[in-house]
Amino acid sequence: MSMTILTVDDSRTMREMLRLALTGAGFRVVQAEDGLHGLEVLAEEARTPDVIVTDINMPRLDGFGFIEEVRGDGRYRGVPILVLTTESDAEKKTRARMAGATGWIVKPFNPDQLVGAIRRVAA
Amino acid sequence: MTQPSATEGRPRELISFRIGAQEFCVDIMAVREIRGWTAATALPQSPAFVRGVINLRGAVLPIVDLAARLGFDATEATDRHVIIVAQILGQTVGLLVDAVSDILTITDEVVQPTPDVASDMAKTFVRGLLAVEGRMISLVGLDHILPQELQDAA
Amino acid sequence: MAVDPLAEIKVTFFQECEEQLAELESGLLAMEGGDTDGETINAVFRAVHSIKGGAGAFGLEDLIRFAHVFETALDEMRSGRLAPDPETLKVMLRAADVLADLVRAGRDGSAVDEALAQSLGDALRGLCGGDGDEGGEDDSGDFDFQPVAATEPKAPGAWRIRFRPRGDLYARGNEAGLLLRELARLGPCEVELDVSELPPLADLDPEGAYLAWTVILTAEVEQAAIAQVFEFVDGDCELEIGPVDGEAAGEPEPAMDVSALLARIQSDSPAAAEAVCEPAAAPDAAPVETATRAEPPGSQGAANSNATGATIRVDLDRVDRLIDLVGELVINQAMLSQRVMEAGLARASSVAMGLDELEQLTREIQDSVMAIRAQPVKSVFQRMPRLAREVAALTGKPVRLVTEGETTEVDKTVIERLADPLTHMIRNAIDHGLESPEARAAAGKPAEGVVRLSAAHRSGRIVIEVSDDGGGIDRTRVRAIAIERGVIAPDAVLSDEETDNLIFMPGFSTASTVSDISGRGVGMDVVRRSIQTLGGRISISSRPGQGSTFTMSLPLTLAVLDGMVVTAEGQTLVAPLTAVVETLQPRPDDIQGLGAGGRVMAIRGVYTPVIDVGVALGYRDRPREQASVALLVEGEDGTQAALMVDQILGQRQVVIKSLEANYRQVPGVAAATILGDGRVALILDIDTIVAASRGAEPVRSERLQAAAG
Repeated sequence: MSMTILTVDDSRTMREMLRLALTGAGFRVVQAEDGLHGLEVLAEEARTPDVIVTDINMPRLDGFGFIEEVRGDGRYRGVPILVLTTESDAEKKTRARMAGATGWIVKPFNPDQLVGAIRRVAA
Repeated sequence: MTQPSATEGRPRELISFRIGAQEFCVDIMAVREIRGWTAATALPQSPAFVRGVINLRGAVLPIVDLAARLGFDATEATDRHVIIVAQILGQTVGLLVDAVSDILTITDEVVQPTPDVASDMAKTFVRGLLAVEGRMISLVGLDHILPQELQDAA
Repeated sequence: MAVDPLAEIKVTFFQECEEQLAELESGLLAMEGGDTDGETINAVFRAVHSIKGGAGAFGLEDLIRFAHVFETALDEMRSGRLAPDPETLKVMLRAADVLADLVRAGRDGSAVDEALAQSLGDALRGLCGGDGDEGGEDDSGDFDFQPVAATEPKAPGAWRIRFRPRGDLYARGNEAGLLLRELARLGPCEVELDVSELPPLADLDPEGAYLAWTVILTAEVEQAAIAQVFEFVDGDCELEIGPVDGEAAGEPEPAMDVSALLARIQSDSPAAAEAVCEPAAAPDAAPVETATRAEPPGSQGAANSNATGATIRVDLDRVDRLIDLVGELVINQAMLSQRVMEAGLARASSVAMGLDELEQLTREIQDSVMAIRAQPVKSVFQRMPRLAREVAALTGKPVRLVTEGETTEVDKTVIERLADPLTHMIRNAIDHGLESPEARAAAGKPAEGVVRLSAAHRSGRIVIEVSDDGGGIDRTRVRAIAIERGVIAPDAVLSDEETDNLIFMPGFSTASTVSDISGRGVGMDVVRRSIQTLGGRISISSRPGQGSTFTMSLPLTLAVLDGMVVTAEGQTLVAPLTAVVETLQPRPDDIQGLGAGGRVMAIRGVYTPVIDVGVALGYRDRPREQASVALLVEGEDGTQAALMVDQILGQRQVVIKSLEANYRQVPGVAAATILGDGRVALILDIDTIVAASRGAEPVRSERLQAAAG
């Protein structure tokens, strides 16, 4: 059974690009529009996604908050979370890691990079 | 269907109709349908040849008394009169005539130029003359049928 | 049909950009208006951030560069290092305009003002303290890894990697096994497991990390390539990478292949990645922090529409068709009612009652369908601030545009045709209405002029006002020009209001030089004509030295009308119910003559002009002798008149049919409708009938009289 990836990003364009890249690599993709929505989608999924890919800058609940919520929830603590963002400033990276991010991908991503990062954190 | 001898040129179809004692025809491509006469609602501040408007399946259609427009006396419309619904420069207009006669297929060569007579109507509206089975039929150009200001606004 | 999925996403991207640009502008304007909510500046940042992100995916270099510098400046602002003072916000707003141009250039290939983009880019950089970080993007992740070994110029053929994860590595979702697998992708590995620190099971912390690995990797790779495998976990483990000097296989460590090793790890080691059963307290339990970060959506309804219910996108053609069909339904239902009545069925019969219900239902369907096409005027108002900025820049007059009532809803067909008139009016207000900054200072006014644009529903119509706090209409000048152009007689006596309305005459312009802002001069007569074709009215009121207000009133929708059906000289007409105040039945001697041809009637003590509709429309020459019915009507400007009609037939909702579609505008007639008997009835234009009777000759036509007789 192929892996399920949850992508969380407030940009419609980005969601479509992620879907394109990931389904092209054979993954099943579930999507959310911001951190709060991401938590809702997580709860609805019968099986916890294998990897979560999330943006940082989002309305309602941003990437940091989302990661902390996920890590704080017993059901999802160990899920690999990749942060997808254009920001390359070290402070944000550290903050993401402090919140519990597994890894980091900088936009614009090419599908190979994205898939490679996913493989690095999930079987 | 009458077929005058055609040498070359693209054939086109015309619909001929009668007003009083004269016969006229227009390009069939401009004609949407033929209807019987129904009483029109009068329009304020309109030229005498605009009879009013009628309901054509939910749209408001102005009716031009073609006789009056061409300079004849106004038509006394009855149930036997006919309205030719025509498309003129993007607008749909009804033309009140006495009766529709025929559909003609002709080519351009058989159209004779309009002779120079003392009639504004002839100069403005008649594009040419056709001789068909001994009858003279005037080819009418519809572009100027509607009141002039309309075209300026268009 | 092969569709390029990337091309589709590109379309989505540009659509999304338009939305983001709108958010950007409204957020900046809100801040300019004093909004200090943190969420507002965040939303503004996110808008530019989103645009930049997408632009990166499509390689739109100019856009990326500009967005990057803009984003950096906004980042400074949201972290409090750059204050949102008026000067800065003005730069930001102009930058937003340039950003919009760059987006459209990316979409349509349209031209961009390079110089302007350059100067705003510099301005933004200046705001960030000069450096603005114009660098390009980093690519895939460069965590600050500490190079462990001295870098060597040539890649040695073998590397020794010592790797001891700490608890945090697993807590962040990483897995040692996967990292080793990645390493193995670089080349053949010999892996040795060090379990020396593994405590007895009873003392084991399920979240702890006790294992370490030593890997000998035989591959000609750079150290960086190896470091990259561990990029995510740097800081969560002890990592040593060093070249193997000359030592090949022959080390005493047992060689194990990776998969066997993995199997062993996963089966007997309590790696935290597996055992997530005990919900131990998370390392940095910060649920409280999270709650404060997710602030409740700003109560000022700032920019973001918080998912107020599901929406779907519908083809506009389908909606139009639906509206047409519903219109036909209304007509048919009316015709049916009429025939039932004529057939003599009793009012209380089941058929008649059933018809009443049908009428009720039809009305509700119609209301609902109309509401589908109703849109807030916001979409038109949104373009105005940018226009105002441009005109302000061109004329050198500082201006602030204030908008109100953007959520007022209007039928889509009306909205689309509002843009041009509004554009002209705002241009006019700034260009002609507002005085120069010097003149304003001399008059004791603030240098910045204010133009106010508002929309509201009033008595069944939509009223839009454009007002300015400029110098008002120069009546002396207007009058002089009107006389010079022959519009009025030199000795004509005009009220102030009538003088003001002269500017709606064709070809009228009080500007001594034609301000050629868009390359064409447009007069207010064109604006008035546009409004009139929408079935609306426009008027002006002005106070010298204080400013002018243009008021436009438009029908809510172009499609239906509540009307009073009346007759005049045999003609059936419809008067819009919104204009009718009451109906009266005056006695013939209640109507008195005033001057030659004028007539008035006392209504509760007030003398009101009397207009015979049959005469006004040219159906007859002289007012009717017999007793008639009077409709007391009120025009948009509040003036009242008594319209004399022959009979009142009833009240109905009618579907408006355009007279202009196939004919042209007729004075005194607003539109047409089709009655229950299938005949066309004209809908009266109350305002023009009343206005015509005030001065001009009544409409005359022998033809009409003959036809009506």
